[in-house]
Amino acid sequence: MNTVIHTHHLTKCFGTFTAVEDLSFKVARGEIFGFLGANGAGKTTAIRMLCGLLKPTSGAASVAGFNVFTQSEQIKRHIGYMCQRFSLYEDLTVAENIAFYGGIYGLSRKEIRLRSEQLYARIDLAHARHTLIRDLPLGWRQKLAFLSSLLHRPEIVFLDEPTSGVDPITRRQFWNLIYETAEEGITVFVTTHYMDEAEYCHRVLVMVAGRMAALDSPEALKRQYGATGMNEVFLALVRSEQP
Amino acid sequence: MIEVKNISKKYGAVQALEDVCFSVREGELFGLIGPDGAGKTSLLRILATLLPPGSGSAKVDGFDVQRDYRMVRRHTGYMPGRFSLYQDLSVEENLAFFATISGMSVKTNYDLIRPIYASLEPFRKRRAGALSGGMKQKLALCCALVHRPSVLLLDEPTTGVDAVSRTEFWDLLKKLKQYGITILASTPYMDEAGRCERIAFIRHGRILQTDAPQRIVQAFPHRIHAVHSGDACRLLRDLQQWSHLHSVYPFGYYAHLIDRRDAPPDTVTDEITGFLAQRGHTQVECRVIPPTIEDCFMNYDCP
Repeated sequence: MNTVIHTHHLTKCFGTFTAVEDLSFKVARGEIFGFLGANGAGKTTAIRMLCGLLKPTSGAASVAGFNVFTQSEQIKRHIGYMCQRFSLYEDLTVAENIAFYGGIYGLSRKEIRLRSEQLYARIDLAHARHTLIRDLPLGWRQKLAFLSSLLHRPEIVFLDEPTSGVDPITRRQFWNLIYETAEEGITVFVTTHYMDEAEYCHRVLVMVAGRMAALDSPEALKRQYGATGMNEVFLALVRSEQP
Repeated sequence: MIEVKNISKKYGAVQALEDVCFSVREGELFGLIGPDGAGKTSLLRILATLLPPGSGSAKVDGFDVQRDYRMVRRHTGYMPGRFSLYQDLSVEENLAFFATISGMSVKTNYDLIRPIYASLEPFRKRRAGALSGGMKQKLALCCALVHRPSVLLLDEPTTGVDAVSRTEFWDLLKKLKQYGITILASTPYMDEAGRCERIAFIRHGRILQTDAPQRIVQAFPHRIHAVHSGDACRLLRDLQQWSHLHSVYPFGYYAHLIDRRDAPPDTVTDEITGFLAQRGHTQVECRVIPPTIEDCFMNYDCP
């Protein structure tokens, strides 16, 4: 397995509270890796550690070959990140947002121009290049935010609830983009509250109360829990381990 | 209990609501279902008397939302989409505050909120800002109920909340039925439609359909074939080449396919299975399943 994320007993405490405890897993290149958990299960803390934004308390982790303790700046250069909302500047146009992200990621003007055109072609957005983000429908915004996080061709992209509130058609178009991205060899690390989307992942990790409660393919998890869907698996795991 | 007549609302050039009509019966648990940007929040804010309609009218518990707005407020509990309690007040301070502004004490209607408040009781001294997502929702619900309204307006109470807390929240709403409270709740989660007695689909500011979820599913004019194979990714691409295709889209473990013809279901199933075998698919499953609410909603996109 060509590993791009590797964590080993990764732990984060805030004072006396252990937010993430003893997290050990590997994610392969080109994998679509679902990261699930109830609110407060430690997902955000774990993602922030993997993105180099938060120092772990103990354990070890490498992301894109870099150590989260000592090489957080290199990590940031080799990953893409898209959060649920506020990824794009509402009072800038589509083109300005792309130029901004390209600039942040250190692309030259020429590269930005080239990759902007590729991006427009990919999601058919050329007509809206001078539209302000706030006037762009939510579905387009989410697709644009995703592709903006890929401008610098990262090895891994972290998506935090990318489809929350998005209509069913756009949600599926979004997952189509995720599949294409994974096929290009970019690892997709994604969180979601939609359990049908958990089925689209190659493997799924379920966090409960700061710990890893399960990690396997959706098929294997459903078999193990005698469930017909991932929703049942999720409910069983969260209910059995919560006090 | 709620009557919405020809409501329209514009923000500048954006038409947020267009000619919206529906009504909610007394004691009903009614769901307003649609994606972000559909107009759900605008509609709820109009009903909560926080936003005047552009045109049209609405009544809540018999009172006009514009003329009798004070009466509407007295009879309505409103829970906005964003957490809107005082983060730096404790759980019990928030509750007391909302009771006081309605001229009541928490005790007056404690029987109504007790089932919900019970799980918050151990944390009553905690600042509201330090509660978990699920607990915040419960506290906000208590605060909306503390003056014993006849109508509850809940704007996306389960958005961003995990699957377990979502289920629990709908269980709570169901329990409120025994007090005869009418509930209008909005949600972008299609799978929550089944928790409502009736629903309205809303998209681009228009109501598409209003009915009981079971009836919407029964009236769905197409047959859904759930298809799966060992290679789910290639499966979708191959099914798009199906010569009698109406539509195909991923749906969790399966792809959902609608055949354009009015052929017997077994024939279609056999043909699809054969077609996929020819293209080298293994472990092919194909069967007819009842449509889900999400299938029904999506069908409006592929007329």
